[in-house]
Amino acid sequence: MTGYVLRKLGGALLVLFLLSVVVYLLFYVAPGDPARLACGPRCDAGQIRQVRDQLGLDESLVAQYLHFLQAIGTGRDFSTGTGVLHCPAPCFGLSYQNGQPVTTLLGDRLPVTASLACGAMVLWLLLGVGTGLLSALRRGGPAERVLTVLTLTGTATPVFVTGLLLLMLFCASLQWLPFPSYVPLTEDPEQWAWNLLLPWTALALLESAKYARLTRSATLETLAEDHIRTFRAYGLRERAVVGRHALRGALPPVIALNAIDLGTMFGGAMLTETLFGLPGLGQLLVHSVRTVDLPVVVGTVLGIGAAVVVASAVADVLYALADRRVTLT
Amino acid sequence: MTAQPTDPLVEVTDLTVDFPTAAGDVRAVDGVSFRLAPGRALGLVGESGSGKSTVAAALLDLHRGTGARVTGTVRVAGRDVLAAPEAALRRLRGGTAAMVFQDPLSSLDPYYAVGDQIAEVLRVHRPGTSRRAARARAVEVLDRVGIADPARRARARPHEFSGGMRQRALLAMALACEPRLLIADEPTTALDVTVQAQILDLLHELRAESGLGLVLVTHDLGVAAGSVDEVLVLRGGREAERGPVAEVLGSPRAAYTKELLAAVPRVDAARVPPPGGAAGAAPAPGEPLLEAVGLRKEFGRGRERTTAVDDVSLTVAAGEVLGLVGESGSGKTTLGRMLVRLMEPTAGSLRYRGREIGRLGERQLRPLRAEVQMVFQDPSSSLNPRRTIGESVADPLRAAGESDDRRAVRRARELLDRVGLDPDWYHRYPHEFSGGQRQRVGIARALAPAPRLLVCDEPVSALDVTTQAQITALLAELRRELGLALVFIAHDLAVVRAVSDRVAVLRAGRIVEEGPVDRVYDSPQHPYTQGLLAAVPVLDPQVAAGKRALRAAA
Repeated sequence: MTGYVLRKLGGALLVLFLLSVVVYLLFYVAPGDPARLACGPRCDAGQIRQVRDQLGLDESLVAQYLHFLQAIGTGRDFSTGTGVLHCPAPCFGLSYQNGQPVTTLLGDRLPVTASLACGAMVLWLLLGVGTGLLSALRRGGPAERVLTVLTLTGTATPVFVTGLLLLMLFCASLQWLPFPSYVPLTEDPEQWAWNLLLPWTALALLESAKYARLTRSATLETLAEDHIRTFRAYGLRERAVVGRHALRGALPPVIALNAIDLGTMFGGAMLTETLFGLPGLGQLLVHSVRTVDLPVVVGTVLGIGAAVVVASAVADVLYALADRRVTLT
Repeated sequence: MTAQPTDPLVEVTDLTVDFPTAAGDVRAVDGVSFRLAPGRALGLVGESGSGKSTVAAALLDLHRGTGARVTGTVRVAGRDVLAAPEAALRRLRGGTAAMVFQDPLSSLDPYYAVGDQIAEVLRVHRPGTSRRAARARAVEVLDRVGIADPARRARARPHEFSGGMRQRALLAMALACEPRLLIADEPTTALDVTVQAQILDLLHELRAESGLGLVLVTHDLGVAAGSVDEVLVLRGGREAERGPVAEVLGSPRAAYTKELLAAVPRVDAARVPPPGGAAGAAPAPGEPLLEAVGLRKEFGRGRERTTAVDDVSLTVAAGEVLGLVGESGSGKTTLGRMLVRLMEPTAGSLRYRGREIGRLGERQLRPLRAEVQMVFQDPSSSLNPRRTIGESVADPLRAAGESDDRRAVRRARELLDRVGLDPDWYHRYPHEFSGGQRQRVGIARALAPAPRLLVCDEPVSALDVTTQAQITALLAELRRELGLALVFIAHDLAVVRAVSDRVAVLRAGRIVEEGPVDRVYDSPQHPYTQGLLAAVPVLDPQVAAGKRALRAAA
């Protein structure tokens, strides 16, 4: 197990390293002069030269990349001409837009995205696994049909359509819910949940059909296995057979897929975040790309990459914990 | 409706089971009736498709809710099973009558500890039992079925148990609620012969001790002979013959029973000369064809290294049949695969007609591929289900360089004919055939490039006994007519005796004994061979009882 974790960690670092190289190269391939972008539209040639000097853009590409890596370890000082801006380790640079360290920006956005992703996950698991289980046990029943249509429609409809419809229905017409705005969990848990309910629902509807299908097929597969017959032949109630034995066998793939989906949510929920005005990582990425705020782009992409890599390792470990016959090597 | 002690424990009257399918109903059981007195044992024997498992399942009405139509009456301990309400049926299942299934690996939930699964069943039937008491009882029954260190083992999951231990655990689950009837559906079919003997002995002991009634479903007449009082021979869902075990197996009345008995290979009888051949038809062994010296195969590395085949030396002469017997894990399949060079030996030398082939690369092996062929165990998974059987047979011809497709097809049709299949079935797919027919296709495919040596890995172990006899007869015939040498790998000692000239006994990767079949079987020198032979079930109930007593004394 320890060896496995070390190997996974090494692999994760390699992926992040490659990602940083690719993004860093894009930084230079991207049209436009980074110094001009950093300086702003009203800079003259002298100011641009000064900025270029401050950012070390005159150095070779390799030297700049090494500085970038070094800053992650030790931090870095940026002179602004009038003073020095310190960017503490791990430093991913300063935003061109407002001069804030990228890490601070990411740190501000992370709780928003985490709240969105985790809450949505709970909902999509309830809806997806519930629907899947129901359709495995009561094929063709009315509840199963309604839920299947609901989850399929949710997946087939783009999230900005579902989200807009939800907003119009619950916030504008019925006025049951406030128009979402992010309230930190630590400030007011009740308001946190109320405000996030619609974004959670929109995301859950998008994801749940996948879980319904997976749960359904895995449950049907387990129900056909010999040990289910054993427990039926020993007089267990159908409820116990399904709840304790069939569902248990269907869970490992669901858990594994879920961990990966959760990781993807950290970068992939930008539409939802933008639509509902949630200041999360996805929104930050969209905004920084639009304003060509390159340090923020690099930092956000690496952060999202880290989330996906960690999630896939967690998926492996959870799978092995859920099914003890699997050994991690 | 309380049962009197003198009432039959099981009373089945005119049981019929139909399975609806898209192509109309299939009648799996057709008008079967029998009774079983308390404490007695009945064997339901027959080949695959005879309906024996369907009858067993009907005793607990396991067909309920599956769409099968069950008619007739089934009474177990006085209760009408087919008419019983759900709650009563649940009390019967596991409480009054407990069932043990064939494959002990898949019959327990892989996700829970063995002891917890037994405790769960116990708590269903003894409501009010505390978790702790149920666990304690689980440990007690695990101890009773001979699981060493039961308190620790109860916390292990099924995959940490060996096959024999899993079957013991299933028996423990069956015993947990002290049932009056045990229904065992092929309980030892997946086990090695020595483990099979242990489980059957345990069953015998448990019955003697607790007065359990037993319904034993088996395809193996030898297993029935040693374990039951009465047998019911089933064929195509109908009763072929029923009576005391000694009578049915000793002097069968039904033609089908006679046929079945005749097909059973005997471990204690010298080989009868094949029909049509001269007595002692084995041709004088020719020059050595394949020679292995100090062959070794290791898997894994570092601490996980295991040695599957360990210093094996053997010779196969042209035209001779060498039998390789061994239990699961003895390395017989690994050895077979090395002999045809599907695997590269870790060490040792392998010579084919004097030429070293142990280290050759795939390209250099090409000419050898036509000379040495393999027949695999499972005829359904070793044929490509998406290719017609004719194409499967023609493929090796094309691989051997046959470029004229018409010739390849013609030759494939000849080969189908040669193994007893209709050449016009060329365009059919494997699923349209029975297990025996599929194995014939597998043999035809192996014969296609006109090999000198055929390595058969458990070629008949997935087949019914009558089919088994047909396939071994076919192999003997091919060997005689084509002068083929065979390496015949099997776990079934009797089958090996029936086809081989010489036999090598494998244990844990090593050959412990080797020699002419009759010598090895009649006077085995190595204690392991002696133990294997002692564990083989025999058809005479009295001999079986004697062997059991010997094993108990040992």
